[in-house]
Amino acid sequence: MLRFLLGRFGLLIPTFLGVTLVAFSFIRLLPGDPAELLAGERGISPERKAEVMAQLGFDKPYWQQYIDYVLGIFQGDLGISFASKKPVLDEFLTLFPATAELALCAIILAVCIGIPAGIFAAVKRGSFWDQTIMGTALVGYSMPIFWWGLLLIILFSGILQWTPVSGRISLLYFFPQVTGFMLIDSLLSGQKGAFLSAVQHLILPSIVLATIPLAVIARQTRSAMLEVLGEDYVRTAKAKGLGPSRVVGMHALRNALIPVITTIGLQVGVLLAGAILTETIFSWPGIGKWLVDSISRRDYFVVQGGLLLIAGIIMMVNLIVDLLYGLVNPRIRHH
Amino acid sequence: MNFQKTLKATLLGASLAVIAATGASAKTLVYCSEGSPEGFDTALYTAGTTFDASSKPLYNRLVEFKLGTTEVVPGLAESWEVSEDGLEFTFNLRKGVKFHATSFFTPTRDFNADDVVFSFERQLNSEHPWHEYTPGTSWEYFNAMSMPDLIKEIVKVDDYTVKFVLNRPEAPMIANLAMDFASVLSAEYAAQLDSAGTKEQLNQQPVGTGPFSFVGYQKDAVIRYAAHADYWDGKEALDNLIFAITPDAAVRLQKLKAGECHVMPYPSPADLDDIRADSNLTLMEQQGLNVGYLAYNTQVAPFDKKEVRKALNHAINKQAILDAVFQGSGSAAKNPLPPTMWSYNDAIQDDEYNPELAKEMLAAAGVENLSMKVWAMPVQRPYNPNARRMAEVIQADFAEVGVDVEIVSYEWGEYLSRSKDVERDGAVLLGWTGDNGDPDNFLAVLLGCDSVGGSNRAQWCNEEFNSLVQKAKTVSDKAERTKLYEEAQVVFKEEAPWATIAHSVVFMPMSSKVTGYVMDPLGGHSFKGVDIAE
Amino acid sequence: MTNSSPATKADATKLEQESRNATKAQLAEFWYYFSQNKGAVIGLVVFALLVFMAVFAPLIAPHDPDFQYRDSFLVPPVWQDGGKVAFLLGTDAVGRDILSRLIFGAQFSLFIGVVVVTIALTGGIVIGLVAGYMRGTVDTFIMRVMDVILAFPSLLLALVLVAILGPGLMNAMIAIAIVLQPHFVRLTRAAVLAERSRDYVIAAKVAGAGHLRLMFKTILPNCLAPLIVQATLSFSNAILDAAALGFLGMGAQPPTPEWGTMLAEAREFILRAWWVVTFPGLAILITVLAINLVGDGLRDALDPKLKRS
Repeated sequence: MLRFLLGRFGLLIPTFLGVTLVAFSFIRLLPGDPAELLAGERGISPERKAEVMAQLGFDKPYWQQYIDYVLGIFQGDLGISFASKKPVLDEFLTLFPATAELALCAIILAVCIGIPAGIFAAVKRGSFWDQTIMGTALVGYSMPIFWWGLLLIILFSGILQWTPVSGRISLLYFFPQVTGFMLIDSLLSGQKGAFLSAVQHLILPSIVLATIPLAVIARQTRSAMLEVLGEDYVRTAKAKGLGPSRVVGMHALRNALIPVITTIGLQVGVLLAGAILTETIFSWPGIGKWLVDSISRRDYFVVQGGLLLIAGIIMMVNLIVDLLYGLVNPRIRHH
Repeated sequence: MNFQKTLKATLLGASLAVIAATGASAKTLVYCSEGSPEGFDTALYTAGTTFDASSKPLYNRLVEFKLGTTEVVPGLAESWEVSEDGLEFTFNLRKGVKFHATSFFTPTRDFNADDVVFSFERQLNSEHPWHEYTPGTSWEYFNAMSMPDLIKEIVKVDDYTVKFVLNRPEAPMIANLAMDFASVLSAEYAAQLDSAGTKEQLNQQPVGTGPFSFVGYQKDAVIRYAAHADYWDGKEALDNLIFAITPDAAVRLQKLKAGECHVMPYPSPADLDDIRADSNLTLMEQQGLNVGYLAYNTQVAPFDKKEVRKALNHAINKQAILDAVFQGSGSAAKNPLPPTMWSYNDAIQDDEYNPELAKEMLAAAGVENLSMKVWAMPVQRPYNPNARRMAEVIQADFAEVGVDVEIVSYEWGEYLSRSKDVERDGAVLLGWTGDNGDPDNFLAVLLGCDSVGGSNRAQWCNEEFNSLVQKAKTVSDKAERTKLYEEAQVVFKEEAPWATIAHSVVFMPMSSKVTGYVMDPLGGHSFKGVDIAE
Repeated sequence: MTNSSPATKADATKLEQESRNATKAQLAEFWYYFSQNKGAVIGLVVFALLVFMAVFAPLIAPHDPDFQYRDSFLVPPVWQDGGKVAFLLGTDAVGRDILSRLIFGAQFSLFIGVVVVTIALTGGIVIGLVAGYMRGTVDTFIMRVMDVILAFPSLLLALVLVAILGPGLMNAMIAIAIVLQPHFVRLTRAAVLAERSRDYVIAAKVAGAGHLRLMFKTILPNCLAPLIVQATLSFSNAILDAAALGFLGMGAQPPTPEWGTMLAEAREFILRAWWVVTFPGLAILITVLAINLVGDGLRDALDPKLKRS
């Protein structure tokens, strides 16, 4: 097991170095520069521009910049945001909880609906329900979520006025940020109605973000279940006279869930990509929107640091999924 | 340490918010702002969004623009004198002005000359300990207005007198000092931060003399302010002011309609009719202090001929642009100056839309089968809500007179720097928003000979025009300056380096409960003097 | 053992012949299973209609997609008050016919799908074959590079790539192809690893087939099934991603009637003119759905495990 663990971890090192190299070279390939952007129509003199770029360290040779950058990473220094003049890591840490809360709610929603739906469809294979669930899942899977979000806003916020339009909580409530998770903080604050308000704000963006993972999980669960249900030991269990719910619950489900776990892990990347669009539509103050804005502002160190941190998160989650998979499925370990 | 401070600040805010939530008599106004401020030390930045959140509520200037005008009136300086040679500006400061007392700072003295000297010296003097107090510090606006070249020294004469000494006479200097970068900060607070080793807090937990004091900021989400109880000009009617950061215009409007906020800036032109029809909303409007234009490159054939430029100007259907791009939120431009600016020459006749005439003029100038590039910027600007759409309309218009147009675009930073090139191929869509309400800020900056290869995108250097504008800069008599600028506009129209397209109209939708809001012609958003009905 | 005997050569040829016959039978079987899947057939029909629409767009579309009717800004669809018969689905902010733009938009979406899949597939197959066939350091290096690409959320990576290359349809397609590539590489490599120790490969090798022949003629055809399924998936992903980039202002540039770009331009009218927002999104959904239906059908027909007994 330890060898497996170390092996998996060892694989991450070259990938991580590759990621730093990509993040580093990308911002140096981006056309345009923050100094020019900040000056706008007013313009900036070439001397002043050179000064600003030197302040950012862009006058040094590339290899030195890269070494500085990598050394900085190990000291938790990802540079300073050009726009706000604040450390990139600080900005990331303030904004990340918003994205994490949204993504977690979305994945919980996707798992809690997707898995039962998938099981149900598999058990009722070929029935009207199976076709309906799988048809819906395929529509969800094909959904351009930026459009889907707009439609939901038109319907629920515009016409029905059931949900607020954007933001994380009604402005009436104001309490210290403890965890950064609005749902928890609102409960901690003890203010009446705060939690409900946080839930109302979270619901539409979560649905939008959950759409694709939900569809994927439902489809994956169904096919994994079908596969397991067709295997010998399940047939044996059936033949032994075990009721269908016990067959599904005890035997099939456990084995069917193994590939589903992998699928859920793979959704992290999908969620973060989806967060870019969802946060843009709902004015959600998270890292997706922060990065998109920073790319168009040419806020170099934010782009460089943000890419690195996001890739780091995805790599860590993938590692955890791998380890879990190894735990659940002993066969893998011995390979 | 920092965390505790933040926590204390937020807790204070929490108690305020609870009062608001429990419906006591506290009046809270929510403003759905269009973006996040970059920081709260105004002089570091150039964006209007940052000014709205920092200099407007938190600080005062020595002199200020009278609300709703570009007229300069006393602020922290009660009066000022200019020396005969125009080189010395002496300000007599107001007494008894209090700084904000907040959870993170308690002032022990009133505002005085030290604060003024501190606020400017740090920008001017590269040896000043606060000149580079956070990494990446730069005083962009101060530099952009050429202050380092202009100001020789700043002298504290006594506690309530400050003198600015200039290197050369500059008529717009007083107007410059009313600009946001000239906001006055507390030297005492800076000293406190310095000794605590937390200089960067100056930009994150601001202290000023302004009508509102800072309570808390949650990045990309909410900024909270409370009325400054000891404000020198009287306490505000509002108790709390909240900025809810909402970048999307459609979303802002929905929040306004749902009562989640009371005032919003920059409505989408598409929604204006809808807002007018809503009886719960009021729509204020004002001519913007800006101009959107198409600048030909006057150094490249065949656009070096004024006949060609003039002909193309006749081919542009401005009404179609106003309808399709501005959707009623703009007015056709005939001069490079906006109509609200003093010295605007209303006697000038615009080139009327006449494709037939345009064709004849092109033929007369010997131009056939002309194909050209039109540059469209990739971003929305106050003077041009959608440059690509504008370029598409112009493309269709020019096609009608037999001119083939290719639309090109670059990333915004690239666009700005490439369009400066003297050899540039094509006409550029761009514009300008006034900084200080002085005509010099338009005519010299955008069309003067010194700006060729820079902000003069037409690369146009006309001796007659240039000497008129340069002369106006050194004269201090306003009537005389007006005359010179009016003449310059005649030369401009005759030579047609630009097709002047439009001035935008700025709209502010707000709840009908809001009273006392005054629109700022310079494009800022201030909540001084605003009240809200229960 | 450098010279191969004539006997083994003949064996190899025979093997190939047999596999060719098998291919024919496989195709028939494949179509049988595919046509059993109603959804897949519907998807195929819709897709065929889209292709037809795209090819004959200039004939079908009632208007020039770029022509601005200056007297008809934001006309609602024909069934709503104020609608005009000339503009069935209404017009946009500069008076262009939305139906015509949607029809021409089909060209762009299908074009995006085809180009992206072609680039990603070709590149992926070549790189994957090389990695799987060569093994060793080359393999390790290639797979680490693919890991790096996969460590970023695809849309984010595409966004940065487009920012570097410059916004535009062509650059968006390149960026998306690069982002989708690793899936093809991994699939191909895995298939190659599984196949390379099989008898027929060894036989061909013994018969003296060169590296290229082994890679492309012997191994590749036997790895095609998963690649075809992945290709259809990528086709729909490419359309979605390109639309998302267009929506963020980084894809096709106006006035191109690309659906995502149309949505981005229409966003400001969300409250006032629902039709400019609704129809382009619907077009994207229908197209992607049709392709995914076909993809599902393909997978079921090609994957023996799920075949109905």
